[in-house]
Amino acid sequence: MERRFFFARNSSSGLAMTQNEQKLTDALERLQRAEDPAQVEAIRIEALGKQGWLSALMKTLGSMSPEERTREAPRIQEMRATIASAIDERKAALEAAALERRLQTERLDLTLPASDGPRGTVHPVSQVMDELAEIFADLGFAVATGPEIEDDWHNFTALNMAETHPARAMHDTFYFPDEGAGKRMLLRTHTSPVQIRSMMQNGAPIRIIAPGRVYRSDSDATHTPMFHQVEGLVIDRGIHLGHLKWTLETFLKAFFERDDIVLRLRPSYFPFTEPSVEVDVGYSHQSGRRVVGGSGDAEGHDWMELLGSGMVNRRVLEFAGVDPDEYQGFAFGVGVDRLAMLKYGMNDLRAFFDGDNRWLQHYGFSAFDQPTLSAGVGARP
Amino acid sequence: MKFSAEWLGDHLTTDADAQDIADALNRIGHEVEGIDDPAQRLAGFKVARVLTAERHPDADKLQVLTVDAGDGTPLQVVCGAPNARAGMTGVLGLPGAVVPASGMTLKKSAIRGVESNGMMCSVRELELGDEHDGIIELPADAPVGAAFASYAATSPVFDVAITPNRPDCMGVYGIARDLAAAGVGMLRQVEVPDIAARHEWSHGICTDDQEGCPAFYARIVRGIRNGASPEWMQRRLLAAGQRPINAVVDATNYLMLAFGRPAHAYDLAKLSGPLVARRARNGEEIVALNGKTYTLDDTMTVIADDAMVHDIAGIMGGEHSGVSEETTDVLLEIAYFDPARIGVTGRKLGLSSDARTRFERGVDPAFLEDGLAILTDLILRTCGGEASEVARAGAPPAQSRVVPFDPTLTARLGGVEVAQEEQRRILTALDFHVNADWNVSVPPRRHDIEGAADLVEEVVRIHGLDAVASVPLPRHAGIARPTATALQITERRLRRAAAARGLNEAVTWSFLPQPDARHFAATDEALWVLDNPISEDMKAMRPSLIPGLLAAAKRNADRGASGSRLFELGRRYIRTADGAMEERPTLGIVLAGEKTVRGWRNGKAAMFHPFDAKAHALALLELAGAPVANLQVAGDAGSQFHPGQSATLRLGPKNILARFGALHPATLKAFDIAAPVMAAEIYLDAVPGKKANGDFARPPFAPPILQAVTRDFAFIVPADLPAGDLQRAVRGADRKLIVEARIFDVFAGQGVPDGRKSLAVEVTLQPGEKSFTEAELKAVSDRIVAAAAKLGGELRS
Repeated sequence: MERRFFFARNSSSGLAMTQNEQKLTDALERLQRAEDPAQVEAIRIEALGKQGWLSALMKTLGSMSPEERTREAPRIQEMRATIASAIDERKAALEAAALERRLQTERLDLTLPASDGPRGTVHPVSQVMDELAEIFADLGFAVATGPEIEDDWHNFTALNMAETHPARAMHDTFYFPDEGAGKRMLLRTHTSPVQIRSMMQNGAPIRIIAPGRVYRSDSDATHTPMFHQVEGLVIDRGIHLGHLKWTLETFLKAFFERDDIVLRLRPSYFPFTEPSVEVDVGYSHQSGRRVVGGSGDAEGHDWMELLGSGMVNRRVLEFAGVDPDEYQGFAFGVGVDRLAMLKYGMNDLRAFFDGDNRWLQHYGFSAFDQPTLSAGVGARP
Repeated sequence: MKFSAEWLGDHLTTDADAQDIADALNRIGHEVEGIDDPAQRLAGFKVARVLTAERHPDADKLQVLTVDAGDGTPLQVVCGAPNARAGMTGVLGLPGAVVPASGMTLKKSAIRGVESNGMMCSVRELELGDEHDGIIELPADAPVGAAFASYAATSPVFDVAITPNRPDCMGVYGIARDLAAAGVGMLRQVEVPDIAARHEWSHGICTDDQEGCPAFYARIVRGIRNGASPEWMQRRLLAAGQRPINAVVDATNYLMLAFGRPAHAYDLAKLSGPLVARRARNGEEIVALNGKTYTLDDTMTVIADDAMVHDIAGIMGGEHSGVSEETTDVLLEIAYFDPARIGVTGRKLGLSSDARTRFERGVDPAFLEDGLAILTDLILRTCGGEASEVARAGAPPAQSRVVPFDPTLTARLGGVEVAQEEQRRILTALDFHVNADWNVSVPPRRHDIEGAADLVEEVVRIHGLDAVASVPLPRHAGIARPTATALQITERRLRRAAAARGLNEAVTWSFLPQPDARHFAATDEALWVLDNPISEDMKAMRPSLIPGLLAAAKRNADRGASGSRLFELGRRYIRTADGAMEERPTLGIVLAGEKTVRGWRNGKAAMFHPFDAKAHALALLELAGAPVANLQVAGDAGSQFHPGQSATLRLGPKNILARFGALHPATLKAFDIAAPVMAAEIYLDAVPGKKANGDFARPPFAPPILQAVTRDFAFIVPADLPAGDLQRAVRGADRKLIVEARIFDVFAGQGVPDGRKSLAVEVTLQPGEKSFTEAELKAVSDRIVAAAAKLGGELRS
């Protein structure tokens, strides 16, 4: 703080001024010592209050001669400014000190834990279904659904599996009791009945995926009686096996976010497609996990069966009311849980359906991991 | 189906090794599930002769042998087999060899102080059979020092999954044909033996069931000696997984595995009267070759004589007339059975067999005569005897089918250009006959070929699917439209909102234990109960999402979790009164145990509260598009809920959008849960759809010019008056000026009469262009007080 003292020497009122200057010096010194705002206020009233000595001094200016006033006024004004600013400074300093003391008493131990709301999760099956919807939306596929409690016609007959077809026996079907007249509902064994329903409802051309729950009476380490499938169906003019291959490649590359996805098509048999194709994907073992990518024929790689597909059988088109001479197309079906496991590294299918808080927290996704094409459809840990 | 490379070699001349063959099979649609190469398993095992055998000095049951393994230096081996003796020839495992049965690697060792340089092996140790009474004894002329695998003529065994459309490949010959077409060697045409008839047919056969058994051919072979089949046949059958039984039975099995053609042999002495293919009579019984008794009905075809049924046609023969080693005269049957009939009968009886698998998929209707000749020849060669002429009843179904084919379809459907000559070559190699106009005659064994698409598949699979090039799907013109339906979009939003609200999404089984389902069902009839559940725990389709989540919460508690906050988005399965199926999209929430754990700020752990369930339900309903401001909190949430701490959220008296609250203690007891549990269920199908006008723009933003005014009112009301009723009444006192009425205090006790409570409401009033005058405020205030009075409320002074 800078303090300026003004001492007059050759002055006729020198003595009076000296007394006032002494008062000023005293006040400034007392201000320095003042430890609470009340003391500061008392000094202010003493000097600048209505009865204050400096106020009185100001009043003497009116009775002075012009020369005197010209000489004295700046000095008196100077004294007044000096004390006023000293009072403000002291007040501010005292307030700052008081605040500092209060803040010191408010100190928190910030190493204590902060409580936060719980973090919820989205199940991997839902996440992967959202990813699939996003990938296929880009290819122009709508998402279709159908009932899980199905009738025999949609699940089998219309898919070219007549009553006596041996392939029916391979489906390990869950049935509900016979309702008479041979009508017996069942739990759909695949998402393929949605093909039939979509074609019957919307006709051709058509591009859909149909994700959902499916059921097989099968339970062991790698099979659960309920699991998830996604069906794909494209019916249009001039669609052939090459389009199927491209679609599967494009989908799997987008899904795994890898350019090195290599597929191997093998002839197979499904009653609802002709030709039928089993699709293998190349993979390698890395840190005890199957990692999709690379050719299965490459060093250290192998092929794994991933999905079944083919060109939709004419009979299926006929059953679904689509003219097989005008339209043709392909269909495929793939396990959603399986895709989730391959991408996100779970190894136990049964855990998907247990609702274990710890598993859901570990493998589940943040609400904000909404798959988008712009951000990449996969969510990295 | 399993078969050895050696057997394949009978029908296919090829240089390809086992791996090449397996690769080719995979390429053409016969998935190889495994190759078992006994030569690899038997590496390190040699034919060896025992030179000397002496008692082990320190063990009664052991002998010390010196063995010649062919390299001139006798080896000392300790052996515990009782049959080990000087001069015998056996199999020696050398150090380094791995014993197939145990996986143990042999090494030089000391057994009770005597050095042993290998192991003489038993049949079981080498996985060649079950016998383990002693070590293998080979014929004296077995070449000492030879690798045992080559001596035993082991051959790799392929295990191939044959798809149901290819019964013609359920025989080695059919596989050889496909491989030859694919360029893996040359098919050796079958030479059908000419069987000389040594005596006349002397038995009656006929078919009285033309539909089930259109053709029944037979032949008798008299004077056979039915012993063990020859070693080469046994080896092949064993490799194929077929246990050798006796020469005649083995011959029928051999025919089936070589040509996919089942046949049956009867002991002629056990038959009385003519053999007739006919429908079974209801209740008729047969003891089949597996020793089990089957009760038949009149939908099934059987082969019977005057006395009894001898054969469940095409599935399994009867025990009574089965061929044994005492049999001297056999009647050989080769028939054509209707595939559908065989399938239905097999399913009804729960009886599967190799014959059924082939018949129900369809055998070659043109292979009766030849098959019978091959079978007869096999029996004559191994058992001797004299064959009769062939008897024939009926005729197999029409055999010629012609499919008009357009070779350009291969590119249009199969996506691969294959030269027309190549297409013709492939089809011809697969035994199709292709004329100049591309009319393709289908071999009768190919029941799977129905139309041109099937021929494309044949061409493409043999040509190779590798040749199919990826072709991009044409992009739809125009802008991208949403591909999800309104419900799907709602579900996605709800899922992520629920997760953002701290809930964990679970996926639980669609099926429940029936008692759990019943606990949550409106009526028993409303349940879908499986006829053939995989277990009692997975029997009834869930009528609610709560029980599955509750069971998950219980498992979490059992694992020591202090609380669970779970939700699931899925379907409930309801059976309507008229028996129709309904699957209703539903969101279920279960909040169990502790909401917050104890903490330095909040103190004790807090349990979930019914209002937590309400908050989730309302927030998620709003997101689903429900008009939450108009919802009533009313009524009964159902017997599963605490009667005083639960309610439904509804629009009008009928439409229930959700229910929520604390679960009933009886529910918790039924699920064996100790902690209190809150639950909510939102019925997405009950949420009225919003009418979108297609415009993205929102109404203009027009904040009020003047600030809102708030006034507080406290009313003394009957204790049982729902706060919501008062809130709604106050809110409705002036629809124009009152923009919000919020209950901010509930109080009963001192200063409030018994049977009454105090409800405090903060009312927000919004002035329009001009500030309220005192008179206006007074008027609104009076209306509010009057509205409360209608509900028995009086202003608290």
